[in-house]
Amino acid sequence: MQAMTRRLELTNITKRYPGVIANDAITLGVSAGEIHAILGENGAGKSTLMKIIYGAVAADDGEIRFEGKPLGVHSPGHSRHLGIEMVYQHFSLFETVSVAQNIALCQDGRLELTALGDRIRQTAERYGLVVDPDKIVFDLSVGERQQVEILRCLLQKPKLLILDEPTSVLAPQAIDQLFEVLRALAKDGCSILYISHKLDEVRALCDSATVLRNGKVTGDVDPRQATSHELAVMMVGSDLPMTKMPKTTVSAEPVLRVKNLSAEPFGEKGRKLSDITLDVHAGEVVGIAGVSGNGQSELAVCLSGEALDPNSLIQLDGADIGHLPPDRRRKMGLAYVPEERLGRGAVPTHSLMQNAILTGYVRGLAHMGLVKKARARAFANATIDRYSVKTNGAGAQANSLSGGNLQKYILGRELSLEPRLLIAAQPTWGVDVGAASFVRQKIVDLSRNGAAVLIISEELDELLEICDRIHVLSNGRLSAAIPRGEATREKLGLNIGGATLHLPGSGEEPSDAAAH
Amino acid sequence: MDLFIAIFTGTMIAATPLLFAALGELIVEKSGVLNLGIEGMMLIGAAIAFWLSFNGYSLGIAFIGGALAGMITAGIFAVVALSLLANQYAAGLALAIFGSGVSAMIGTGFGSTPVETLRPIDIPVLSDIWLLGPLLFKFDVLVYLAIALVPATAWWLNHTKSGLVLRTVGESPQTAHAIGYNAIRIRYAAVLYGGAMAGLAGAYMSVAYTAIWVEGMTAGRGWIALSLVVFASWRPYRVLAGAILFGGMTILQLHGQILGLPLPSEVLSAAPYIAAIVVLVMISQNRSRMRLDVPASLAKPFRADG
Repeated sequence: MQAMTRRLELTNITKRYPGVIANDAITLGVSAGEIHAILGENGAGKSTLMKIIYGAVAADDGEIRFEGKPLGVHSPGHSRHLGIEMVYQHFSLFETVSVAQNIALCQDGRLELTALGDRIRQTAERYGLVVDPDKIVFDLSVGERQQVEILRCLLQKPKLLILDEPTSVLAPQAIDQLFEVLRALAKDGCSILYISHKLDEVRALCDSATVLRNGKVTGDVDPRQATSHELAVMMVGSDLPMTKMPKTTVSAEPVLRVKNLSAEPFGEKGRKLSDITLDVHAGEVVGIAGVSGNGQSELAVCLSGEALDPNSLIQLDGADIGHLPPDRRRKMGLAYVPEERLGRGAVPTHSLMQNAILTGYVRGLAHMGLVKKARARAFANATIDRYSVKTNGAGAQANSLSGGNLQKYILGRELSLEPRLLIAAQPTWGVDVGAASFVRQKIVDLSRNGAAVLIISEELDELLEICDRIHVLSNGRLSAAIPRGEATREKLGLNIGGATLHLPGSGEEPSDAAAH
Repeated sequence: MDLFIAIFTGTMIAATPLLFAALGELIVEKSGVLNLGIEGMMLIGAAIAFWLSFNGYSLGIAFIGGALAGMITAGIFAVVALSLLANQYAAGLALAIFGSGVSAMIGTGFGSTPVETLRPIDIPVLSDIWLLGPLLFKFDVLVYLAIALVPATAWWLNHTKSGLVLRTVGESPQTAHAIGYNAIRIRYAAVLYGGAMAGLAGAYMSVAYTAIWVEGMTAGRGWIALSLVVFASWRPYRVLAGAILFGGMTILQLHGQILGLPLPSEVLSAAPYIAAIVVLVMISQNRSRMRLDVPASLAKPFRADG
């Protein structure tokens, strides 16, 4: 076994950036047909390492051997020629052209779309992918786009496929489907490097795992043997604190009251929202579970004030706010963390300090129409410190931060405003394990200090961990709340599927009693 | 009937420089670059072509020289906007002003001496057919070239791999770079081609259309070509339709008094611009359709990072 040349071998790969060592003497090997996980938190150096293998970034030190032969300085083009393919976290597909044309762009030779279309259909069928070569990418869902990316790699008959956090954008069913494809591929002898920070996925899919922390290898393990806890300790370097949920007394009157809210679909893939009734009291965290696209964005924009409806009944501390725009609602104590961080949560090309002012004006970062720069900078720096945001300071542009880091900053910014009501969509999306548990604790603490919190999330485990009550939003309708003690994955999962979906009836909210 | 033939042929000839310039700019914009300096490149092309013709060179040399001059002018823009990453709007506007100044300087010695003009082709039999002859077979060769360029451009953009690559660079140079295309080189090529077409359009103005040098002789046609590209929502056949429409406006202006049109000629000259704005508003209504035609990264600078 040992004598055999492995498909990929890295020896002492080192990459230094100004101020950080992204990869510090990393050594690992992958055999033919092996699914190998690179596990680590954001900033552990996973993506850099993959880019080095793929040739998009050059290592400062160390050796890469592919099928026994050393790879010197190589380009992505050279890698593809050798049979190394990579699926990026952010897709490299062009929206305005068809699937087949996108794939043709990555192939040599003339444009022969009909022949290519046939090959696409055959390969798709073989691995159980659903890809229509003639569709325009613009019309595809995120999951379908990923399938196109993977198929594009498969057509090159790769020997090594690198996937960078492939599930971060997928719905649960799509994840299962992806795993099937990857297993079939490995069976055909293709080696797979699977980058992730999600323990359960790595345990379900991978044959072996290399764990990285701060650019160093902290473990080489068989993820099927190791427990999640062991893996987490290797990743984070210490035991993860469990979120503390102190007992709470909730207010008699709800802080947020929504009654019979209906809304038209928002955006092209939107869902009509019908008859939503919801109360959130001070002192509690209420969760809304469900897969995105079931009315989640519609509900969020109605509550934040991006969509106005003078006729719907939305009350904040007893005052009607349905007709008020976002800034008026914020002045009344609402804080909101949208799902899209760039563009809605933060202005991509503005500095973190300027982004702090965007919502921090309600807490004195602006006065009489003038910006208080010193205060804004102090506020931004405090948020960066407290939420350990990795950045080179308050002057950094929002779009220079990694997704998880920006999310921490935006959440930190909103939490620092000490709002009366916090509404957060996908609060820990892309945030690494250690930071996520810190953020969750902060959210719980906010509620225990007398604020009302509403969390809209796709991650059931997260909701089960921090929510006092959980609703399910499915098909634009909201189920009755399930209190903390009774909520289980199974019960909520059934609700998401719509099997036991029963809607809040007239005037009753039985779960309130349970939360008291 | 003679008036009809005069208006029709006049329209086609007026549309020809618009077609060259607009089809060139369409390629530039499809690569994601906005070059506002068409007027300047046309003027320089016009001046150089006239100078060559004035000094006794053949018409062929004059046209090639005009195209090369436009291309070199575009090269200045390309270096400033693509390599030095200057703001494309500012660089393009500067180019327009630069071109009008340089062309005026070149043209100081021309006086009002006319030069030899490009003659219409004369095909025995065909050109003499009643009505059809003068309508179809009595133009100069560049008119036919301009019209042939329309299907050629459309076919190249939609049915060749290089056309596909150009469009995708215009959508996302980052992505094109990521999958291994040299986005900056492709944009350079597009800008140079656009310059050559604008130079040719200018040359047509000076040695075929008027055959006499007048300072600032393109008279805003560079700007019309620019708005034509938007008017056509970046589609070659619509550029043809637009060029004929706008060319027709120019001719109607000339014949307006003869025809007894009740409109003042100023309204007719403004009409193309108003039409471009109306079309822009109309295509902006359907956002998803628009996204398929508009080059998504138009006028956004791109730097290839390692």
